[in-house]
Amino acid sequence: MRFAVAAVVGAVVLAGCAPVQSGSAPTGGDEQAGQLRVWLFDEVNRGPKEAVVKEAITEFEQAHQGVTVDVQYIQVQTRAERFKAAFSDPKSAPDVAEFGNTDLAGYVAGGGFADLDLGDWPEAKDLLPAVLDTGKVDGKVYGVPWYVGVRALYYRTDVFQELNLQPPATLDEIAPLARRIRAAKPDLLGISAGGKYTYGAMPFVWANGGDIARKDGDKYVAAIDSAESKAGLRQYTELIADDICPPAQCAGNGGDASVEAFRAGKAAMVVGGDFNRKSVDASTAAGKYAVVPLPGKKAGEIAPAFAGGNLLGVMKGSERRTLANQFVRLLGGKEYQRKMFDAMGNLPTFGDVQAEVAKANPVLEPFIETLEAGTRFVPVTPNWAKIDAQAVLPTLLQQVAAGGEDLDKAAEDAADQMNAAFGS
Amino acid sequence: MRTAKGDGRIAFAYLVPALLVLVGLMGYPIYQLVLISLFDYGQEQVSGGAPLTFLGLGNYATLLSQSRFWAVLGQTVGFAAVCVVGTLLVGAALAVLATRVRTWARMALFLAALGAWATPTVAGSTIWLFLFDANFGFVNEVLGTTGLSWTYDKWLAFGLVAAQVIWCSFPFVMVTLYAGIKAIPGEVLEAAALDGASTTRTATSVILPLLRPLLIVVTIQSIIWDFKVFTQIYIMTNGGGIAGRNLVLNVYAYQQAFAASEYGLGASIGVVTTVLLLLVTLGYLRALRRSGEAL
Repeated sequence: MRFAVAAVVGAVVLAGCAPVQSGSAPTGGDEQAGQLRVWLFDEVNRGPKEAVVKEAITEFEQAHQGVTVDVQYIQVQTRAERFKAAFSDPKSAPDVAEFGNTDLAGYVAGGGFADLDLGDWPEAKDLLPAVLDTGKVDGKVYGVPWYVGVRALYYRTDVFQELNLQPPATLDEIAPLARRIRAAKPDLLGISAGGKYTYGAMPFVWANGGDIARKDGDKYVAAIDSAESKAGLRQYTELIADDICPPAQCAGNGGDASVEAFRAGKAAMVVGGDFNRKSVDASTAAGKYAVVPLPGKKAGEIAPAFAGGNLLGVMKGSERRTLANQFVRLLGGKEYQRKMFDAMGNLPTFGDVQAEVAKANPVLEPFIETLEAGTRFVPVTPNWAKIDAQAVLPTLLQQVAAGGEDLDKAAEDAADQMNAAFGS
Repeated sequence: MRTAKGDGRIAFAYLVPALLVLVGLMGYPIYQLVLISLFDYGQEQVSGGAPLTFLGLGNYATLLSQSRFWAVLGQTVGFAAVCVVGTLLVGAALAVLATRVRTWARMALFLAALGAWATPTVAGSTIWLFLFDANFGFVNEVLGTTGLSWTYDKWLAFGLVAAQVIWCSFPFVMVTLYAGIKAIPGEVLEAAALDGASTTRTATSVILPLLRPLLIVVTIQSIIWDFKVFTQIYIMTNGGGIAGRNLVLNVYAYQQAFAASEYGLGASIGVVTTVLLLLVTLGYLRALRRSGEAL
């Protein structure tokens, strides 16, 4: 008996000496009918987005006999699990998906998305090159940019007028200005600066000539501990202090929470995105604010913004490749980008459409100016997803702003952790 | 006449179904966990985009060389210890109280405890967060400390989460011990009283020894539960607090390994946790056995 058990156990151990692999993702098929599955991100206020998407679906279903489109709205917070599950089990995967451009490199390395041939799509030539670059890995396009998001400086015109202040002309001016406002109005945050607000902090690093990482051959090397990067980090973390934005209130905030304080009328300034404009207009700050590009190191300069945005891509394992591509071109095309702008305020990625909406909406000017001044991006490597998930940069900001840690030490730790991720 | 060997065989046959379930539900996952922990196993490897690399004990070496891991481990042990002691004290005190009060008071106590027990962890944590909200929370309103953030300071945040953990785990201890106290035969207590034993003497020399097996069970359960706390920390400190200073082992494993698709490393943290818990439990059982009666 004992021998039998031992033999069985031994056999099992020998038989399965490696963890499961699902094998290379199947290349999928090209059926012309049936159900096309689409994943889009859920939004705080999803109604208008859903209406535009429904319109696109109706148009698509009318143009394609026997095709139905099923849309699922997934949560941004749990996207990593959802997409990982989809890559591991193509049966549960969608055909078309919306995803953030910072996730692209990881998803492509995971074998999730198919490269797109945009050559025969006439509209493609109007896509802004810098924006299209955020949809590329190693020169191949894996996602059509659906909208682009850049951040600029929101400030309360009523407060500035009352205290007779001018918006800051350089990054250096922000801290003293914010301190003055809070001293005069102790219930206001001078500027709402979150300890987890990576994309609010990075422009400070970039404007000072620093960067997250630099490319060395075909690998990335962390640059967050360079003197220039640290100058920017110091400038940003200085804002998270009791006389500007008390750590107890601000250190735990990401971008949304930072903007929320501005919306609630509790902050005099905030770094916010063009995508926040609609929600600020529906808040207590409505009509009492203006936006300027975040200034750079010297007067007249604009701090490079992070080129955020979402892409539409086709999954590698899709059974309906052609249909999926056509749907991406419809929803990601000029007509529906225009509609998405009207519905959600999402900034279009086509040069001509962008110019057209900017002309009709002067409020967009600071964002367009920021875009035109040049934007930056996170390292395009699958390891970025890891660094993001391990919260390396937010931890760095929080350690300095709230943990009382030395900036040099914290930056060095972050660089070590990033290099470990880049190296694996 | 059956032989001892025949008895054993029959006993084994009876145990086979349970054994099969255990092997299927526990053995296989643990086997997979250990196996995965020996490989460089990330998302690329899962979906077949990259070949598997056997690392041997590489993941463990990486893990044990991280100073952060040791800090988090120490934090977890301390946090779990506080939760276990708190749970046992509150549970035992209320169990004794329940035996001393009138029926309606006992009913009320049990209903309140069962309510806490039945609340899903996610909901419970969120409700506590609402109660302790810096600006709109009920607690700050009552204490007159509006604006105080309960989740910012490291120790205050740990204290709040520990209180929540105790709140949702004391009912199990209370109900179990209450049943245990009720099961002590009246004659035993009466005999002690006739012998002139004081209340304290009865408690330490009669009731506690009789409750011993139950106390062991609830202590081990509490250690295992509190060592593996995830939800409360994850929700109440927003994924581990400012700069990760409120991380415990499980949340750390999730953040460093699973969210970052480093399944191999994550599995090694899982194995380390399992081994630690087994050691703690075994050590505890041995210490008990050495100090007196068999179980």
